[in-house]
Amino acid sequence: MPEVYLDHYAATPVLDEVVEAMQPYLSEQFGNPSSLHSRGDAARIAVDEARELVAGLLGAEPDEIIFTSGGTEANNLAVKGIAFAARKKGNHVVVSAVEHFSVLHAARTLEKFGFDVTEVGVDGYGMVDPEEVRAAITTDTVLVSVMAANGEIGTIQPVKEIALIAAEKGVPFHTDAVAAAGYIPLGVNDIGASAVSIASDLLYGPKGAGALWVKKGQRLMPLLDGGVQEGGRRGGTENVPGIVGMGKAAELAARDLEGRAEALRGMSAALIGRLPEAIPRLKVTGHPERRLPWNASFAVEFIEGEGMLLFLDQKGIAVSSGSACTSRALKGSHVLSACDIPAEVAQGSLLFSFGIGNSLEDVDYVLETLPPIVERLRQMSPLYDKFIKQGGG
Amino acid sequence: MVKIAQYSDIVMDHFMNPRNVGEIENPDGVGEVGNPVCGDMMTFYIKVDDEDRIEDVKFKTFGCGAAIAVSSMVSEMAVGKTLDEAMSITRDQVAQQLGGLPKNKMHCSNLGADALQKAIEDYRSKKAATKE
Repeated sequence: MPEVYLDHYAATPVLDEVVEAMQPYLSEQFGNPSSLHSRGDAARIAVDEARELVAGLLGAEPDEIIFTSGGTEANNLAVKGIAFAARKKGNHVVVSAVEHFSVLHAARTLEKFGFDVTEVGVDGYGMVDPEEVRAAITTDTVLVSVMAANGEIGTIQPVKEIALIAAEKGVPFHTDAVAAAGYIPLGVNDIGASAVSIASDLLYGPKGAGALWVKKGQRLMPLLDGGVQEGGRRGGTENVPGIVGMGKAAELAARDLEGRAEALRGMSAALIGRLPEAIPRLKVTGHPERRLPWNASFAVEFIEGEGMLLFLDQKGIAVSSGSACTSRALKGSHVLSACDIPAEVAQGSLLFSFGIGNSLEDVDYVLETLPPIVERLRQMSPLYDKFIKQGGG
Repeated sequence: MVKIAQYSDIVMDHFMNPRNVGEIENPDGVGEVGNPVCGDMMTFYIKVDDEDRIEDVKFKTFGCGAAIAVSSMVSEMAVGKTLDEAMSITRDQVAQQLGGLPKNKMHCSNLGADALQKAIEDYRSKKAATKE
């Protein structure tokens, strides 16, 4: 049976070169970067090198990079860290409705501490209107956070325009670039951001490593108090192997960005172009043009996502769904709901996230495998039944 | 069969090869529970014989693997039972027969017994109405 992994938004395989780079730091090079001896020195040098490589991916200065335990921590640090540091200036934060939970729920925590949060909505394609951000900013606003691109539906946000508006109003702008970094060019100065989050595990690096870029001079309250690691902005002994792996992954992502993006775009565009022909009553979610190259997202009407996932798994295809049943919280996707996709249609959402190991043959295999699965589940569905009896089809 | 840890072999079997999927023409009773917004919806159709025994059960289900397996198991458990016996099938019995269900699926997806009971109630109320 073919094995077709199309769930890279959940996890990417770790590249051999990355594993190789990490290996010594899991064994003989076990030193603590803070130690004043040669073993510590070796670890510190490795972390510094990784910092330069991550800075390189973002077009940033190395000392502006704070290593974290992943994208979630980077987003928490940005949202809570910037807001709490600016507490005396104001108590208002603006986020978009389609942010990752690590931004949305961090904002909700701020509310518990007395901040006001404005959630800016999106259009049917999941796009934020920069003018709505402008309208949401008040004299009390201390942070605007809008993601670079949404992983669930692929929509690329107009972050430059939003950053410009925030800058005009003198408000720091954070962007969660976890889904986007390495796949679309993201120069932090080009965007005009104050903080940018990225993660290693969507870049063919290890899990448990991420980074927040914070512009020089931007005030930030640490989440983790401790020693003076990461310039005193993130205490705790560094995850040296993870950081080294992330550095290598960032180096390769920067080197291969255009080639990877082109190949991924070819595959996702083929699926987006052909799947609606093979399956009636299937909706492409997200923006028609402004999409992440790796993302192909859909909603299949009349059936629920988990059944499709289970049957696809039987055929060796790994994908994910934003349906309530497939989420541990048993709640439907907030992203699809923000795009005004009816809840019952969102239950049939499917996310194909392509990776550099995939090929156009994988697209063919999906096109051959999925339609009969959909048909089988629709034959069981009372909703499809009603649709047919009402003269649909 | 590819196994995933959250579902038992019995659940996977009933999901992959559900028994009694479909619909009965001129059913004696119909029961519908759940709604698609929550992610699970089941419609049960029953045919009842002269001795108040369930002769045939068919169902259609919108929902996750567990919801489909539950529907299939309930349909199997109900066929041949008297209406009173069928009314006493509980959610827990269904889950037990399936070799257990994940905790988070016990409430939202385990609606099969409810749908069957509704179909029986539908049959009984129709019957009472024709007698009057």
